[in-house]
Amino acid sequence: MHTEADSIANPYVIHPATIVRKTQEAEDINTFRLQLVDEEVRRQFRFRAGQFNMVYLFGVGEAAISIVSDPDQPELLDHTIRAVGRITKAIAGLQPGEVLGVRGPFGQGWPLEEARGRDVVIVTGGLGCAPVVGAIEYIFRRRVQYGSVKILHGVKAPHDLLYRERFDAWRRSPDTEVTLTSDQPDKSWRYHIGVVTELFELVSIDPSKTIVLMCGPEIMMRLGVPILLRRGVPEKAVYVSLERHMECGIGLCGHCQMGPYFVCKDGPVMRYDRIETWLGRTGV
Amino acid sequence: MIFPPCTRRGEFVLWRDYLLENERRFVADDIHKILPVAHLQRLLDALSAKGYRIVGPTVHDGSVVWETIRVVADLPIGWRDHQEPARYRLEQTRSSEIFGVVHGPQSLKPFAFAPRESLLQIERTKDGFATHQMAAQPEKVAVIGARACDLAGLAIQDRIFLKDAYRDPYYAVRREGLFVIAVNCTRALSTCFCASMETGPRAKAGFDLALTEVDDRLLIDVGSEAGRQVLEGISLFPASEELIGEGATSIDACARSQVRRLDRARLPQALYDVHEHPRWDDVAGRCLACTNCTMVCPTCFCHTIEETPDLSHQQTARARLWDSCFTQEHGYIHGKNIRPTIKDRYRMWLTHKLASWIDQFGMSGCVGCGRCITWCPVGIDLTEELSVLLASSNRSSVAGRPVEGR
Repeated sequence: MHTEADSIANPYVIHPATIVRKTQEAEDINTFRLQLVDEEVRRQFRFRAGQFNMVYLFGVGEAAISIVSDPDQPELLDHTIRAVGRITKAIAGLQPGEVLGVRGPFGQGWPLEEARGRDVVIVTGGLGCAPVVGAIEYIFRRRVQYGSVKILHGVKAPHDLLYRERFDAWRRSPDTEVTLTSDQPDKSWRYHIGVVTELFELVSIDPSKTIVLMCGPEIMMRLGVPILLRRGVPEKAVYVSLERHMECGIGLCGHCQMGPYFVCKDGPVMRYDRIETWLGRTGV
Repeated sequence: MIFPPCTRRGEFVLWRDYLLENERRFVADDIHKILPVAHLQRLLDALSAKGYRIVGPTVHDGSVVWETIRVVADLPIGWRDHQEPARYRLEQTRSSEIFGVVHGPQSLKPFAFAPRESLLQIERTKDGFATHQMAAQPEKVAVIGARACDLAGLAIQDRIFLKDAYRDPYYAVRREGLFVIAVNCTRALSTCFCASMETGPRAKAGFDLALTEVDDRLLIDVGSEAGRQVLEGISLFPASEELIGEGATSIDACARSQVRRLDRARLPQALYDVHEHPRWDDVAGRCLACTNCTMVCPTCFCHTIEETPDLSHQQTARARLWDSCFTQEHGYIHGKNIRPTIKDRYRMWLTHKLASWIDQFGMSGCVGCGRCITWCPVGIDLTEELSVLLASSNRSSVAGRPVEGR
C-alpha cells in the first residue's frame, strides 16, 4: 500500500453510513434513512435534489440510488430502494442500526432553483418515481416560492400506486392539482383511465411560465414530450431523469453512455433539447 | 455539463495541433544524435542504472508482447510482423533489424490503465466497516519500442483518467513512473492508418526518447528532461544532415505507403446521422461480440468494478477490470438491456470511438493503429465500415441535432 492515493481525493472511497430509519413504501420498496458514520465526512456532505449516491453493501456491491431527502438537511440521506437486483434485494433485508456504504453525491439534479417563481408540471410513470418524489417534497417545503404545481402520475395497475397518502396530502395543498391514471384499472379505481400522456390534455398549462420535470419509462418521455411541445412548452423547459447502468458514478466506467453523454455525470436529470435525438433512438 | 474549455463546440482540438503544442516544449532539445546499434546496450544499462525496469517487445507464442528485458538480444531482432484483417504472422528475416516488428496486440494502455487494478480493501469493524485504499507500488518502468499511435493512445487515456472531472489516483501512480522510448515507424502494416488520423508514423510528442532505426544506426530525439538525463554519460555522435534526411524520408515513405485511411472530415455528425443505416445489420451478422477489438484498443476505457469477499465475510476486496461494450451486461439495467443486440453494441462502439468521443473529450477515440482490424477474428475493418456507412445517401434519414455543452 502506498500513500499517494491517500493524498489525492479518491472518488472510489466508500464511507460507512448507519441506517437510522427504514420505512416500507410497498412490498418490495423501502426508504432507508442513512447517517454517515464519520463526523467530518457527514459535516462536509452536500447534495442537490436529484443527485444520487452509489449505495454500497459490504461484500455485495454498489447500486446508483437517488437521494430523495431535503438538500437543506444533508446530515440525513433518504434513499428509496426497490428490490429488483442482486444488490437491492440484499439491501432490502437490512434493519435500522445496520451499516451501508455511501459514495457520492454524483450527477446533475433537478433545476429547482431555476423553477422558482414558475408553474411546475411533474410527470411520472410507473414505479420509477422515487427521484421525482424528492423534487416534489422539496417544492412543498418551499411552496410559496413556486407557482401552481400539477402532478400527473400514471401507473399500469392500481396496486402499482405508491405513496397514496402523499398524493392525497399534495392534492389538498393550495394551487396544486394531482391527477392519477391507470391503463389497467380495476373496479376500485376512481381516477382517470388511460396512459399518463393523455393527462396532458386535461390540465391547463401556461407555456410561458411552466417548467416540466419528468421521470419514468423512456417511452413516456418520447411520446409525452412532443404533446407538451405542441402546447407551446419550450424544449428548454422540459427536464427528464434518465436511467442507465452505472458502476463508477464519475463518467469513467463507460456503461451509462447515451450518445455523447455520460448519464452519471451529465445527468441523470437532463434538459430535453439536449437528449431529444438520443431519446428517440434504439440501442443508445 | 462541464466540458473542458478545449472541447466547446467548434473548438475541437485536432491531433496535429495537440501534438504541435506539446512538441514546442522541447524544441531546444530537438537536435538529433546518433547511437550506433552496437551501443544500444549502453542505453539499456543507463536506464537500469537509473532504477528503471525495462520493458520491450519480445516474441512469445507467435506474437509480440511486452516483457521485461535486460539485454538487446531479448528484443525481436530480425523479426517482422505481417498484419491483415484477422491475421497476424511473424517472420524471421535474418536481418539485424532491431525494431522490425511494428506492434503486437498490446499498446501502452496496460502500463497505466491496468487490466486489473485493486481499488479498496474493506474489513468489517464494530462500526460497520473500514476502507483501505490500495495503490500500485510506484515503479519506474521504461518501455522501449512504443509507436506514434501508442503515444497518441496514451495521451487520450491521460485526458480521460487525469484531466477530466476527477484525477484517477491509481492511473496517476502508474503513469508517473512511465518512461517511454518511442520508435518512429519506417514500415507500415497493411492495417495501419495513422497518417490519416494524423497521429503518426513519426512520434511527435509524449515520449522521453524517440529512435529512428536507419540501417545500423539509431537516430535519437529527446522529448523530455528525464530523457535528456538518461542520455548523459552515453557517448553519442552528432547526426549528419544526410542521415537525418534519410530517416525523415523513410518515415514519410511509411506514411505514403499506408493503404488504409479513415475519412474524419464529417465526423462526428455524419456518423450520428446514419443511426438507422442498413449496414449496421450487415456488420452485426459478422461480428461475434468477442470483445477483442476493445481489448487491443489503445484508448478503450470501459471497466467494471468487482467485489470479492473472503470466505469468512470479514474482508472484501474491490477491483476494477477492463470491460467491453460488446458484453451482454454492459447496458443492463433492471428489467431491461439498453443494447440487447450485437447490432446495438457494434453501433455503440463505432459511434463512440469515431464520433461521440469527439464531443466527450475533444479528440477522436481512434489513433489509427489498426489493431482492432488485425485481432478481429472475422476481420471486420472499421475503416471499411465507416466508408460504407458514410458513402450512401442515407444522411438525412435521421434528423441530426448538434450536441451542445451546458
